[in-house]
Amino acid sequence: MSLLTLVGALPLVGAALMYFIPSKNIELVKKFALLVTTLVAVASIFLAIGFDKSVTSMQFTQSNSWISAFNINFAVGLDGISLVLILLSTILVPIVVLATWHESDGGRWSVKTFYVLILILETMMIGVFAATDLFLFYVFFEAMLIPVYFLIGGYGSANRSAAAIKFLLYSLFGGLLMLASIIGVYVISGNQIGATFDLTQLATLEIDNQTENFLFLGFFIAFAIKAPLWPFHTWLPDAAKSATPGTSVLLLGVLDKVGTYGMIRFCIELFPDASKTFTPLIITLAVISIIYGAFMAIGQKDIKGLIAFTSISHFGFITMGIFAMTTQGMSGSNLYMVNHGFSTAALFLIAGWMMARRNSSIISDFGGLQRVTPVMAWSFFIAGLSGLALPGLASFVSEFLVLVGTYTRYPVAAIIGTLGIILAALYILIPIQKTLHGPVTPGNEKMTDLNLREKIAIAPVIAIIVVMGFYPKPVLDLINPTSEKVVTNAGFTDPVAEVNK
Amino acid sequence: MLTAPSLGYLLLSPMIIVFAAAVIGVLVEAFMGKTHRAAVQLTISIGALLLALVQLWRIRDLSSTTAAVNSVTIDKAGIFLQATVVVLALIAVLLIADQENFTAQASAVPGSNEEAVALLQKNQQTEIFPLFLFAVGGMMLFPVATDLITLFVALEVFSLPLYLLAGLSRRRRLLSQEAALKYFLLGAYASAFFLFGAAFLYGYAGTISLVGISSAAGSANEVFLLIGIIFVSIGLLFKISAVPFHSWTPDVYQGAPTPITAFMAACTKVAAFGALLRIFYIGFAEAQTIWQPIITVIAILTMVLGSVVAIAQRDVKRMLAYSSIAHAGFLLSGVVALSKDGLAASLFYLMAYGLTTLAAFGIIGLVRDSTGEVTDLNRWVGLGKKSPLVGSVFAFLLLSFAGIPLTSGFIGKFAIFSAAYQSGNIAIVVSGVLASAIAAFFYIRVIIMIFFTDPVNDSVSVIIPSVKSKISISVATVASLIFGVAPSWLLTSATNFATFIK
Repeated sequence: MSLLTLVGALPLVGAALMYFIPSKNIELVKKFALLVTTLVAVASIFLAIGFDKSVTSMQFTQSNSWISAFNINFAVGLDGISLVLILLSTILVPIVVLATWHESDGGRWSVKTFYVLILILETMMIGVFAATDLFLFYVFFEAMLIPVYFLIGGYGSANRSAAAIKFLLYSLFGGLLMLASIIGVYVISGNQIGATFDLTQLATLEIDNQTENFLFLGFFIAFAIKAPLWPFHTWLPDAAKSATPGTSVLLLGVLDKVGTYGMIRFCIELFPDASKTFTPLIITLAVISIIYGAFMAIGQKDIKGLIAFTSISHFGFITMGIFAMTTQGMSGSNLYMVNHGFSTAALFLIAGWMMARRNSSIISDFGGLQRVTPVMAWSFFIAGLSGLALPGLASFVSEFLVLVGTYTRYPVAAIIGTLGIILAALYILIPIQKTLHGPVTPGNEKMTDLNLREKIAIAPVIAIIVVMGFYPKPVLDLINPTSEKVVTNAGFTDPVAEVNK
Repeated sequence: MLTAPSLGYLLLSPMIIVFAAAVIGVLVEAFMGKTHRAAVQLTISIGALLLALVQLWRIRDLSSTTAAVNSVTIDKAGIFLQATVVVLALIAVLLIADQENFTAQASAVPGSNEEAVALLQKNQQTEIFPLFLFAVGGMMLFPVATDLITLFVALEVFSLPLYLLAGLSRRRRLLSQEAALKYFLLGAYASAFFLFGAAFLYGYAGTISLVGISSAAGSANEVFLLIGIIFVSIGLLFKISAVPFHSWTPDVYQGAPTPITAFMAACTKVAAFGALLRIFYIGFAEAQTIWQPIITVIAILTMVLGSVVAIAQRDVKRMLAYSSIAHAGFLLSGVVALSKDGLAASLFYLMAYGLTTLAAFGIIGLVRDSTGEVTDLNRWVGLGKKSPLVGSVFAFLLLSFAGIPLTSGFIGKFAIFSAAYQSGNIAIVVSGVLASAIAAFFYIRVIIMIFFTDPVNDSVSVIIPSVKSKISISVATVASLIFGVAPSWLLTSATNFATFIK
């Protein structure tokens, strides 16, 4: 059994062990959840240490027959892209658990159920990035909706059940379209090379153009809903507003990455020709997402809505970088996924604390937090600046790479995308000015600053944002070989000589 | 001198056991005292079904397959279908054994003194057991019958007891009797259509055997064949409740006593689809260009209409009735596929769907207020809070109906759509996934009602199930779970058993 399987199974084992902890002992439940998720994070760092950067094929592989009648295997493995996403997930979960210690107290169900759901979700998040069998991926992809659905619907605020069902139906709809495509790929593989779900083998199929286009669309729409790309994005703001901040972090930080990850791993690797055909359309949608998300963010009165729309804008960048089909663009997008995960986590967690203290999520209710709660304000400030891609903070490197990578092939798209950066300054700086600076507005005088638990939770995120801004090399070293491989395998070469990174 | 025909008793033995037990059951009704009758009847039923299952296991590898002068073919697929019927019936009989659901005296007019007296004397209508066994016997015969007359006989043998059983509800008896009458009248129509079609096929081929019809294809006036196929199909499509022959389904599912609905929904589907598959795969295979477009359209209509109309339902039994219509549409794609994969997928799907259906109706039987079962969905709100276990199990079953991964419903859907895609019926696959997306909406809405809404005052309670119901529901649920997570065994068996012999 590979270490990867162990890491993936650990949260599930933790969830099972939860059974023996009495539901009334809330503190013990929370501490146990923190312990398990921290262990998973540590174990996943061992994965990174044991990972051989010079090899571009899958590592830590394991394959066992699962459903022999369809030649479905429990097959997992890691390459650079999936490794960094798994690291993102496993590092974020304990932070979320620690940061949102009291989030589950007022839920519809018990605290224990909340953490059981979180742990199950963590296994599925690892599984979805690790699966190298198309069917196994689909199982994780769909099954992970269920814990999220219950997390939003059971522990969220306001319109939680409406938001939960909207989220679920959008995702299910996309997932079912993808199922049709998966069946198509499976049947075609049966006709050509013997029925299989193995990704490397499926990539060798020769599919006629029309069929390939349809199969591609089945996958792409599912991932575009997940990512979310304009015009498939409408579920996200509702879900993000209604979910608890912790759930939102996992939703935007990790789950939405499944969409962009899927575009790379499935859309481009399995259907390179169709990807070429649809690239102009997708780049257009991505640019629209960047601009639309930014404008909507500027207009938001609600902090959660603001972060949700900034994410739509950022996902536009990521998608643009992926489909620019250049190595810089691809690496940049991969790096962006990680950076966006941490920046959004920081924004959402701190916003969550602000909202809990003020009992409001309306931006104009806050004011002058810098004086009252300096630590919280500074952290929010740094997270916000990372969100607008200030040089020296994490997002800058990735946004730069995406724009450079896109410019070499689609200069117009890159130039319009650059407008998104200017708008970002508006949608981040105006709310920061309103909430943090200026005089202390009524209602905010007695706000308390971060306590020790919250400081411990947010410190690593801020540290990662700063370090990744100055020294992204370790992560880029993991990402670059795989990104180059994806672009080359899809039949593209960079339009200009490679820049030194 | 007449020589007695060779009947092949060994091959027929599973059915003979069930029919014999049904006859014994009738005798028990006549001669047994009231006090122990129910227990004895239940023992006979369970014993006969278990014995039939053992017997099916023993004959699974026999080389000779035709019995009863070629009117019955016990081939691999036939044995699998019979075993499915018996296994599902075994689970269903435990639900039926809960006498609480049946009228004390069916002959008493609803609301009359006579009824009150019967209730007071704690009378029980134990005839349900022999009726049930006759129905099971007919259901076992239907998918193995290989000539039109035997098919018709089997159809009637399992339908007539069901018409009666549907009218035996203890509460809301008028609704139940109305359901029974509707079911009977429409069922009689469908049988007439079947017979009419059979006559045309006989006229076309000069034989009533399916093999004979198959080999006669193309030899004479195609119009007769077309009319024959259409009318025979109508009779069968009625039984599987395909659109546009589905209108009885919601009324009957709602009116019939819940355990009977469970039995009917699970086992009738198996029997009718078994026969449908055999007729189309063997009898009409040569004429596939005639019927495939028609059945394709019907399949698409069935899944889309079933899913869409289910959204508007406010009664959980009616909702599951429309869901069963949608599932009939999905199953029809296995018929259209006309391949070994299609047959194997259908066999798996029928077993998986049957188990899930039994468990779901079993749970519906547990949700009650002081006047009996409550099927109004608006009163199910907050059920998950009152009874988390029952709520969770029901939610799991709904997710299985919806075809979420890690449930048996998903594996079944995947298998059957792959087979349809393989055979080039991509339109069915695309409609199927879209219909599934629509269907997901109403399954999930029920989950919302159960879990995300606070209970209101007049809402209902979950009774503590009897041991029999407990066994039945848990076996069906666990099996449904296992076939979702580790379906290999059942899928491989279904593939190994997926052969019809001409």
